[in-house]
Amino acid sequence: MLVTPHMAMREELEALADTFGRDRSALIPMLQAIQRKNGYVSDLAMQEAADILGIHPVEVHGVVSFYGFLGTEANGRFVIRMCQTVSCDMAGKDAVARQLENDLGIEFGETTKDGKFTLEWANCLGMCDQGPALLVNDKFYTKVTADQVADILDECRKAFGATALQAEKEWLV
Amino acid sequence: MDLKNPSCDTTRAPVSQQGGVCTLPDLEAPKVTVNIDGIDVEVVSGTTILEAANQIGVKIPTLCQHPDLAIAGVCRMCVVEVEGMRTLQASCAYPITGPMTIKTQSRRVRQARRHILDLLLRKHYGECYACVRNGVCELQSLAEEYGVDFFRFGHPTEPLYEVDTSSYSVHRDMNKCVLCRRCVRTCVDLQEVGVYEAVGRSNQTRIETFLEKPLADVVCINCGQCINRCPTGALRANDPSDEIWAAIDDPTKHVVMQTAPSPRAGIGECFGLEPGHALTFEMNTALRRCGFDKVFDTNFSADLTIIEEGTELIIRLKKALVDGDADVKLPQFTSCSPGWVKFIEHFYPEYLEHLSTAKSPQQMFGALIKTYYAQLTGIDPKDIVTVALMPCSAKKFECNRPEMVDSGFKDIDYGLTTRELGAMIKEAGIWLPDMPKSDFDDPFGTATGSGVIFGATGGVMEAALRTVIELVAGQKVENFYDHADIIPVRGFDGVKYAEITVPEVGPVPDLLKDLVPSWDFLKGATLKVGVAHGTANAKRVMEDIKAGGIFSQCHFIEFMACPGGCIGGGGQPIPTSPAIRAARAKAIYSEDAAYEVRKSHENPAVLKIYNEFLQDGPCSHLSHNLLHTHYTPRGKFIS
Repeated sequence: MLVTPHMAMREELEALADTFGRDRSALIPMLQAIQRKNGYVSDLAMQEAADILGIHPVEVHGVVSFYGFLGTEANGRFVIRMCQTVSCDMAGKDAVARQLENDLGIEFGETTKDGKFTLEWANCLGMCDQGPALLVNDKFYTKVTADQVADILDECRKAFGATALQAEKEWLV
Repeated sequence: MDLKNPSCDTTRAPVSQQGGVCTLPDLEAPKVTVNIDGIDVEVVSGTTILEAANQIGVKIPTLCQHPDLAIAGVCRMCVVEVEGMRTLQASCAYPITGPMTIKTQSRRVRQARRHILDLLLRKHYGECYACVRNGVCELQSLAEEYGVDFFRFGHPTEPLYEVDTSSYSVHRDMNKCVLCRRCVRTCVDLQEVGVYEAVGRSNQTRIETFLEKPLADVVCINCGQCINRCPTGALRANDPSDEIWAAIDDPTKHVVMQTAPSPRAGIGECFGLEPGHALTFEMNTALRRCGFDKVFDTNFSADLTIIEEGTELIIRLKKALVDGDADVKLPQFTSCSPGWVKFIEHFYPEYLEHLSTAKSPQQMFGALIKTYYAQLTGIDPKDIVTVALMPCSAKKFECNRPEMVDSGFKDIDYGLTTRELGAMIKEAGIWLPDMPKSDFDDPFGTATGSGVIFGATGGVMEAALRTVIELVAGQKVENFYDHADIIPVRGFDGVKYAEITVPEVGPVPDLLKDLVPSWDFLKGATLKVGVAHGTANAKRVMEDIKAGGIFSQCHFIEFMACPGGCIGGGGQPIPTSPAIRAARAKAIYSEDAAYEVRKSHENPAVLKIYNEFLQDGPCSHLSHNLLHTHYTPRGKFIS
């Protein structure tokens, strides 16, 4: 049978609802799972999630727009979030940020054309004693210097392809 | 007669929607004495500071608080000083649980409130002269009350957002929004439609629709309850008064007004009267002085609706009980409320066949004015402009539905709300309460009490029952109910259920002879009916039907989209509250009691139209062409 994206999304969300429950408190874990898998929460996913949980699509939209780690537009495979608060700023985040922008050829808030990297600002990552701090998907990098940026990006790129089975598991959960 | 109160889930419903279920504070709870501005007051534990202050006449300003809605505590206008607490507290959201000393007008409080107001004005594009809420704006009156004489934090001089005029009913101007979230709570909690929500975070927060789409493109039922609760001019109805003035000024146009029952119970409020003053006949004079050529009573077509809808019910019952037709859809739902119709089209499209095909009174009247009335008077229907005075913003959408052109023209040209007519009458220099009284115009004349009560929740059901009982039992309704007041379907309980047993049957009246040969199939039958007002309650009834509950056994269910029925409609004067709606309902029921003819099937004009024009009777071919319609399954998914 032909499975439309709509039906596939519905099935996926139904499975998530079976895990997390079918009331409004299950919304955030469901959205996080969708975000992790697809890199964003689609219009369709918001409406289907609302339907399953018995709430309104606009409420889901409100939640997605509120949280920085949820989004309605496709992100890159790796979302690099750079802490922009005071401690990291004083520890020299600017140099790291410039290096990231240079190496990727994009500015903060943008995604590379190949869809691999997204650069974003984050407010306090809770690593104030170890700044500048970076969060790449779920992985922390602390006391980052501009020199290390190339290695970090390389590590990400290597997560693709046949040689990266173990890394892939770690990165692309 | 047996009245059962089905247990519905009211946990999420705001206070006004819970009927009599659980609104009162627990009287067993311990009493606490608090001191507010030096006055001791004893309150039940759990009372908010705001309520306690109101009890002793201490006024605390509020903005986001509303008697119909859940507490939000977002605007902070109502902050007070509580002794022993470091920060100021929002009095609307602070429950008193122990003795405390509260100051409501210390320097600190006054300064904080003034700054909060200044901050609200910082983002509010206040073009007060050109605003529909000029003079009835809560922000404006707070600014006046707190003596705002300059903009401490600045003031927008240019609008930032485009006004969303996509909807036929509701226009949104986010330049005037103060983020009180009343519309959000109205739409999500009170009506459970879910058009608005706060989107974004911190100072980027704004009230948005799903995917930030224009209102016409989202699942909005046009009920306008958000307009009634908006403290500023950010939400307003789509005002057609300029077009109507133009039609009045055009000598080639014959402008016909029909007035619904609810506006007459509410329009006095536009002129400073207490809620609950009906100005029916004063309004007729005022409308003629404004230049309307004819003034008709929508109650005439309300009576006609009862005949058509009642006949349809009888046909459905006969098919189910006599012919054993398994495809007949019962219960039959009323279709008078355009908000409810759009609600079911969006949320329960699989139940559309349950909806009566009879048009709403507004649209029936439009179709008749441009056919029957045009024939009678010899006026070319293309020169007739039909205006409908309604308590409703959804009627503006309804008259623009593409299928509503059965007369060959747009059946109703403009839907006008109570508020807009109030403004038109003022513009004409008329002080409505001082007008002499005058009656409605022929050929439709004065209607019946049954038409009048269409305005309150349970009214359509009561009108239908008066007619059905009399036609079927062949006896006066007064034999069953004192003064023909069918009390079990009245009142503001969110959901009502009633059973009526038909003890004996009479002869079939001439009007229905062709459709049913005899009433025997109804002998000893129990007619089960339901009433729901507010779409949150409608949703509960629909879920009950889906689950095969008590309402799935009903024969006829009345649904009204607005809390309280039409008297609480989205076009009624602002403000609204349970007390105001109760006063308007009282006005409507006392008007009903004053009518000589109180049953739809006794309305002489209705009988005349079946003799002269719709000669094949109710639900016949011609009546189906003019007075019935069809619906569109819309669904709730958008892309």
